[in-house]
Amino acid sequence: MDQPVRLRVNGHEYRLLVPVHRTLLEVLREDLGLVGTKHGCELGECGVCTVLVDGRPMLSCLLLAVDAEGHEVTTIEGLSPVGELHPLQRAFAEIGALQCGYCTPAMILTAKALLEEVPAPTEEQIRDALSGVFCRCTGYLKIIEAVQAASRQLSAGAAASELR
Amino acid sequence: MAVVKEREEVLEVVGQRLPRVDGWAKVMGRAQYVDDLSLPGMLFGKLARSTQAHARIREVRVQRALELPGVVAVITGKDLPIRYGVFPVGQDETALAVDKVRYVGEPVAAVAAVDPYTAEEAARLIEVDYEPLPARMSLEEALAHPEPRIHDYGPFGNVHRQASLEFGDVERGFAEADYVREDLFYYEGSTHAPMEPHSALAWWDPGAKKLTLWTSHQGPHYLHKGLAKALQLEEHQVRVIVPAVGGGFGGKLDIFHHEVCAAKLSMLTGRPVKITLTREEVFYAHRGRHPELLRIRTGVTQDGRITAMHVEAYLDGGAYCSFGPATLLYAGTQQPVSYRIPHYRFQGVRVFTNKPPCGPKRGHGTPQVRCALEVHLDKLAEDLGLDPVELRLRNLTGPNEITVNWLEITSNGLRECIEKVVEASGWSRRRGRLPYGRGIGFAASAYLTGAGGSIYFSDMPHSEVHLRVDRTGVVTVYTLATEIGQGSATAIATIVAEVLGLKPQDISLVTSDTDLTPIDLGSYSSRVTLMVGNAAYDAACRVRDLLLEAVAERLQIPRHRLICRNRRIYDEENPEVGASFAQAASWAEAKFGCLATSGSYRPPEKLGTYKGSGVGPSPTYTFSACVAEVRCDPETGEVKVERVWVAHDIGRALNPILAEGQVEGSVHMAVGEALLEEQAFRKHLHRGPSLLDYKIPTVHEMPEVITLFVNTEDPRAPFSAKEVGQGPLLCVVPAILNAIADALKIRVDEVPVTPEKILKALEERRKGRPARVGPTKVPSFSFPAPERVARPPQWELEAKPA
Repeated sequence: MDQPVRLRVNGHEYRLLVPVHRTLLEVLREDLGLVGTKHGCELGECGVCTVLVDGRPMLSCLLLAVDAEGHEVTTIEGLSPVGELHPLQRAFAEIGALQCGYCTPAMILTAKALLEEVPAPTEEQIRDALSGVFCRCTGYLKIIEAVQAASRQLSAGAAASELR
Repeated sequence: MAVVKEREEVLEVVGQRLPRVDGWAKVMGRAQYVDDLSLPGMLFGKLARSTQAHARIREVRVQRALELPGVVAVITGKDLPIRYGVFPVGQDETALAVDKVRYVGEPVAAVAAVDPYTAEEAARLIEVDYEPLPARMSLEEALAHPEPRIHDYGPFGNVHRQASLEFGDVERGFAEADYVREDLFYYEGSTHAPMEPHSALAWWDPGAKKLTLWTSHQGPHYLHKGLAKALQLEEHQVRVIVPAVGGGFGGKLDIFHHEVCAAKLSMLTGRPVKITLTREEVFYAHRGRHPELLRIRTGVTQDGRITAMHVEAYLDGGAYCSFGPATLLYAGTQQPVSYRIPHYRFQGVRVFTNKPPCGPKRGHGTPQVRCALEVHLDKLAEDLGLDPVELRLRNLTGPNEITVNWLEITSNGLRECIEKVVEASGWSRRRGRLPYGRGIGFAASAYLTGAGGSIYFSDMPHSEVHLRVDRTGVVTVYTLATEIGQGSATAIATIVAEVLGLKPQDISLVTSDTDLTPIDLGSYSSRVTLMVGNAAYDAACRVRDLLLEAVAERLQIPRHRLICRNRRIYDEENPEVGASFAQAASWAEAKFGCLATSGSYRPPEKLGTYKGSGVGPSPTYTFSACVAEVRCDPETGEVKVERVWVAHDIGRALNPILAEGQVEGSVHMAVGEALLEEQAFRKHLHRGPSLLDYKIPTVHEMPEVITLFVNTEDPRAPFSAKEVGQGPLLCVVPAILNAIADALKIRVDEVPVTPEKILKALEERRKGRPARVGPTKVPSFSFPAPERVARPPQWELEAKPA
């Protein structure tokens, strides 16, 4: 059974007719061409399909597209304005917090949600937040380091804008 | 052939902490992996897999699948009957089972349909009539029951390959020993579990009669040859392209069913066909770590010098050959690279079982025996009343020596690696002195930097690079070298940039396209930095010579005074006189025409001439040492690895960020193998083909890692850069096991060390029995008499009495 659905993804509205069982992951990748969102199991085990729904990390493989209606979905493609990089993206690239890159969109989005909630997280808080996303390459340590670096940069930016 | 540098230059980019060249695309989600690609008219393929571990196929019925609306084609083993295999001696697989299945999950049919749901549904509608055969699910079972055979080849029964080699005179060596110890160890199988499931997209162009396959793969050259054979095409009719790869670790190196099937389905339908494996299917594709039983016997003198060693390895190969002949021999090769062993015997056997085929996983064939050896040496040290580190130090190999099994060591920083981890971890004051439940353990290891032999015999180069420079200053490097996350693109760009005075991000890379890029054998055996690096260095030096000659002529400056640096070519004595790189390129193009150079690399000839001597040689070796610190809970049996110090003789790190990443990733995989991961089976079924049941370490299990690099000069490696992708894994697993022994005074001689096994060992101790869990016997099996190999001459000299 198909159902009409209006999705807000990265600030744009999409009107689609989707089978009710179609996951948000499938719609993002196959209908909207937003292939920056990856899949590693499609069973909610690995976390690499994580996107932000109303700013909170969610597994897009376990979320039906029809249930995402009325919510704001952010994927890696919508994380930063065109031509700019989010401090997390910059930190991940500069610190070497990625190798194959397959879990990277999920890690960055998950970390973004954390930093919105806890601007200066402890290492333990970072580990807790990232524990639902698997990485097989890096051993996670440089990812933790990159989140810390981005956190410092965001706080410095916030402090600077307060001064202005 | 490494090019000798003309003068000692200051290194501008080599050794710098620069971002990886593919990092920006990856953080933006713009890197394209195979499943991100689609083509107009594309169909979706799905494999139907065996539900039987061992059975004859009486009939495969496809009618119901064919009748399902949306299904375009269905194929079975009859459509793809040609046997293939990555090894010339191992042509034992077909893309779809022909008359027999040999493991649960083996593909028996494939469908192509208009969408993935229909393809999946159609695969379910395929009916197979099986005649079940007894299944052998362990090496003991497979050896105990020679009939019915799983394969109709191999020396006898279910034995696939055996090896039996002796260097020197082991019995004499044991006779010279003051003390002999023997230990058994079992290393469970594990799988790579890359985050990206395998995926292949095939397109057959009926006009050009050419197949293009985009695939998530780490060895496109061997795949290219295998595909041509399986599909009965000429090799020039096949083009393999590898886009971004989401991790490999050895698991994307074979010729896979879904690749051949996608190609065949495209040839039959005239439409592009994509097959992406589910996570469950990735566990069946496997080719991971062989489950391995080991027996090691070592003789030592009173003061702890090794006089002889005998290693026996029993490998459970799963259902097919894969890289098995190499895996088997690798088990014997590396022990004499780290330690001087005057008399050495290696005997190994690989058996077929009814499980997904085992193959190469990070450290290929060496981690199992390394783990057994390092645990064994710890026990030997304890018997002798020696510090475990001291026992190793008394037996180390050095630089520029030939091992007893004819492997040539050039640079060797093992002693310094050991000194560094011992110092950094506070070993001497902490070992054996931490409170009960906490402990530290040590281990050392050696690994090759690139296999000295190719998989098929050839006297051609192993790596080739084309390089072009045009008048706009664009530098493009063409190579089949495959970036799987390990950083090969960055390594190659760094080497070329260093030679030409550019930055790594200035270098364009065209990689992994068999039509566009010259041969590289693949991302395996830690070979790319050295082999492609040397080829790229060669090509870059050649184009630099052209640029220098052109600038020298235009500016009337003696050539030897010109230097390439900071994107300029200029007079070293008068730096403001010079040209931008692009200007220099246009002068050179005017003088010489189109600027294109090439470079090739072939490893040195092997020294050994015995049968099996092709596995083990490498242009150079790396060495690692590790101290691991653990906290164990004697109530629950839980182990937490808290801290790991790894020192690695890398020669020189081309980029320390990437090199550290390889060490940290190795520690991650080692923690998994030591404590968590098992590719294990219940009856005939994989015990948990999912990432919930198969436990790779999450961020919570990841310890702090202190990485210490040891630099050595190595003329065979580009800028002395040796491997770092695999070697650092090897010593970590046994260091963790030795730390657990230090913490709880028990021995679990079996990985993974689960809480259950720890509790069992503690229980044994409470009952007054030896506090050990692990194998107690080896299967009854007679190895062939060893081939006696004369030792290299200097060993005979050293053996003479003073």
